[in-house]
Amino acid sequence: METVIDIKHLSKSFGSNEVLKDVNFEVKKGEVVTLIGSSGSGKSTLLRCVNLLETPNGGEIIYKGNDILKEMKNVEQYRTHLGMVFQQFNLFNNLTVLDNCIVGQVKVLKRSKAEAIKVAEEYLQLVGMEAYVNARPRQLSGGQKQRVAIARALCMNPDVMLFDEPTSALDPEMVGEVLKVMRKLADDGNTMLIVTHEMQFAREVSDRIVFMDKGVIVEQGTPDEVLLNPQHDRTKAFLQRTFA
Amino acid sequence: MSLDWIISIVENNWHLLLRAMGITLLIALIGTVIGALIGFVIGIIDTIPKTKSPKQVLLKVVRFILACYVEFFRGTPMMVQAMVVYYGLDMALGIDLNILTAGILVVSLNTGAYMAEIVRGGIVSIDKGQYEAAQAIGMSHVQTMMHVVLPQVGRNILPATGNQLIMNIKDTAVLSVIGVNELFFQTKSIAGANFRYFEAFFIASILYLVMTFTATRILRWMERRLDGPQAFEKKEVA
Ligand SMILES: Nc1ncnc2c1ncn2[C@@H]1O[C@H](COP(=O)(O)OP(=O)(O)OP(=O)(O)O)[C@@H](O)[C@H]1O
Ligand SMILES: [Mg+2]
Repeated sequence: METVIDIKHLSKSFGSNEVLKDVNFEVKKGEVVTLIGSSGSGKSTLLRCVNLLETPNGGEIIYKGNDILKEMKNVEQYRTHLGMVFQQFNLFNNLTVLDNCIVGQVKVLKRSKAEAIKVAEEYLQLVGMEAYVNARPRQLSGGQKQRVAIARALCMNPDVMLFDEPTSALDPEMVGEVLKVMRKLADDGNTMLIVTHEMQFAREVSDRIVFMDKGVIVEQGTPDEVLLNPQHDRTKAFLQRTFA
Repeated sequence: MSLDWIISIVENNWHLLLRAMGITLLIALIGTVIGALIGFVIGIIDTIPKTKSPKQVLLKVVRFILACYVEFFRGTPMMVQAMVVYYGLDMALGIDLNILTAGILVVSLNTGAYMAEIVRGGIVSIDKGQYEAAQAIGMSHVQTMMHVVLPQVGRNILPATGNQLIMNIKDTAVLSVIGVNELFFQTKSIAGANFRYFEAFFIASILYLVMTFTATRILRWMERRLDGPQAFEKKEVA
């Protein structure tokens, strides 16, 4: 399988706080990779480094064979290949659901408006929000907002979808509808890199689970390997706390 | 009797008063619009993110000059600004401004100085997540500002801008020092001609109120329009 993103020796500090230390891992085409780890272990920072919302201090991010950090000129174009879903949804408050889904297509990808609408309707249907094209973000529930945010990201036809705790800001009864959409994406063969605390979900959809602690990757493997038969004490301790 | 005088002043001078109202509104409206534009330009320049490019030095110089402008116009009375701009431009640069143009210029510059702070605050108060979401779909800083941030800032600062318009409708009165034929100036000359100061200015106060009240209503209506409908139309799907 082709490697889409290859992270090598990635490091990131905020001041003197070393948040990522020599992180190495890769995401292959069609793979669903889930990052788990306790709060503050650097999961969000890693995800944000991948799409350069944070600038790493060192290392390489190889996207389809090119070191992105060496060619910082084309950051914007690179980002169109990654779809990001945020914990806080971050829908554009000034735009309707439909416009949220077409603004990037028209302004960044330079698609025609008609084509953009067609694509938007297709993905809004996928997430079950096609009836809400005229709604504004403030008129939607959290789960609906997050589903629109997923559609917005998909509309750019990214190679990889990044999810940073997409259900953590949701009321419990809305978690299911978002996970259902993500499961569908996983089944459709999308390449996904997910940060989540939903262990049951992670176990079911992931091809690989990566456990992080204090800025390093402690271990990774199939869900059964990592969750049922962890090799490291830190992983065991984390799982014990999580399932206690 | 006052009332008779009021009626007679209105009867004999209504066209002058209407014209003066028109000038007051014209100056206040154009001044507010240009001022808001100045405010947006300065607010945008003030919030350009740091980069390592050498243009950074130029940016610092420009920001310093703009800061001086803002300080001057916020820290001095508009009446004094009017004198400085009108007579100063003539003396220093030999530009003999038409009085009306000078009036509009003063109000614009004055409003711009206040709007700069309002816009800057408006930009800073937009949630960081809005910028990040825009960046994440590949928008440049300019695109992010144009399509996501500034439209929200525009909506958020509309009440403050409206407030500025109301102030400008009233404050154009100070332009009478350079002889702009606005409502205060006109009223003074009508009052002097009739030796009826209370009556003339009573009429003027009513006219000012009509203008400010109308402006307030129109602004409220604009705010509601910009917010879109309360409820959205749910689309029929098969
Ligand atoms: N912008 C920032 N400035 C300074 N420190 C930061 C910044 N962002 C994150 N950190 C620090 O980096 C560390 C890792 O944070 P990160 O958000 O990546 O953790 P996380 O694994 O996503 O945790 P959580 O599960 O709570 O989301 C924390 O100590 C945090 O305080
Ligand atoms: Mg996080």
